[in-house]
Formats: sequence, C-alpha cells, structure tokens
Amino acid sequence: MVPTNYYLILSAILFGLGIVAFVFKRNIITLFMAIELMLNAVNLAFVAFSQSLGKPDGEVFVLFVIVVAAAEAAVGLGIIILTARNRHSLNVERVDLLKL
Amino acid sequence: MTAPLIIFFVLAALAVLGAVSLILQRHPIHSALSLIVVMVALAGLYLLMGAEFVAAVQIIVYGGAIMVLFIFVIMLLNAGLEERTNFSRLATYAGIPLALAVSGLIAAAIVRSGGYLPAPAPSGALTSTKTLSMLLFTEFVYPFELTSFLILVAILGAIVLAQREN
Repeated sequence: MVPTNYYLILSAILFGLGIVAFVFKRNIITLFMAIELMLNAVNLAFVAFSQSLGKPDGEVFVLFVIVVAAAEAAVGLGIIILTARNRHSLNVERVDLLKL
Repeated sequence: MTAPLIIFFVLAALAVLGAVSLILQRHPIHSALSLIVVMVALAGLYLLMGAEFVAAVQIIVYGGAIMVLFIFVIMLLNAGLEERTNFSRLATYAGIPLALAVSGLIAAAIVRSGGYLPAPAPSGALTSTKTLSMLLFTEFVYPFELTSFLILVAILGAIVLAQREN
C-alpha cells in the first residue's frame, strides 16, 4: 500500500508549485490556473486524509471545493474578459490603477 | 516495490511534471494543457486510493467543464505569448524562497507526524457513491442546498460581468 504521507508530500509539492506559478507568471489567465492548481493540491490532501481515517466526510468536502472552484472560474473569467476589454492587455503589470 | 507504489510514483511524477510545465510554458494554451495533465494524474491517484466518485467528478468537472471554460476564454481573448516586463523585485527575490518555505514547512510537519496515519486501503465500501450520497443528502444537506444558491449567483454574476454595456 502507498503510505498516506506520500500523498500529503505530493500535495505539498503541488501547492508550492502553485505558489511559484502565482508569483512568477504575468498572464492573468495563467495566474487563475495557478489558483486552480493549489485547489487541486488541497483536494488531494482531503481525499488522502479521508481514506486514511476511514471517514467519507473529507470527500464530501472535496465535492464542495469543486463546486466553489467552478463558480469561481465562471465569475473570475468574466472579470478577466472585462479587464482585457478595458485595458487591451492580459498582463497583470498593466492593471495598476490602485498603485501609487 | 509493489504495483500500487509504482503506479503512485508514475502518477505523481506526471502531476509534478505537469505543474512544472505550467510554470515554464509561455503560451497560456500550453499552460492550460499542462494543467489538464495534472488533473488527470490526480484523478488516477484518487482511483488508486479507492475514491472512484471523486475521480469521476474530477475528470468531468475539472478536466472537462472548468478547463474548457479556460480554453474558451484564452481563445476568445486571443491570448498570445506572455510578455516579459521587468517584474517587481519582490516577486523575483521572494517568490522561490516563499514557495520553498511553505512546501518545506508542510512537508516537515507531515514527516514529523508520520506513522500515525494508516495507509488508505482501496476497499471501495468505505466511500462508495452510495455512502457519499447518503451523507450528502442527510448530514450535509444544508451546505448542499447553499451550493446551488452559490452557483445561481455565479451564473448571474458571470452574465452581468461579461455582457457588453450599451
């Protein structure tokens, strides 16, 4: 059997890569994908804990996370379309209205 | 090395490579395809753990619906190569150390607490679709109904945001 720790370490690695992508990418759509990557990493930890502890509650939680991710993707991509239309650019560096 | 362990390492390598590729690719479409690889690998890991319903939902909702939405928007906006601006110094010097610190912290906590958690046994009976749906419609019925409201609000929000004002 695969030890639970392996799943959790993989989850930590994926979460870290998600942070790297979020900090280094400049395209607003790719930033959004980095958030989805981090959500996926957390889902992996949820399922690993749920299976390991023998309680299905964690998997119900994963379903809720997926629903929220879908809603977030719909609204977020709407905002991205609006930003791209107003600024004619997908670069987050150009969205700096609140910058001094 | 047993068969589940080999499958785990293959899928884990696939997931990590997909995530690294997401960072290295400069075209958003290539990043999106890399993310799909990660999601399919994770679905395989869920199957390995015996969570078959979550694996199916992962493929259908994440790999299917959400990523199609992403690719639709990338093509709609005709997103090209990521342009390299001189990005903020904070991101350059704090980005990698921050990610390493977070991953290292999580990994250290996991390793130090090791041994308490039994390995997930893919029995199938524990988290069968029946068990999950029973739980979803009894104990978690209130949050479940709230998610439907959340989706309604998200639909309305997306329509209001994306429509052309005249």
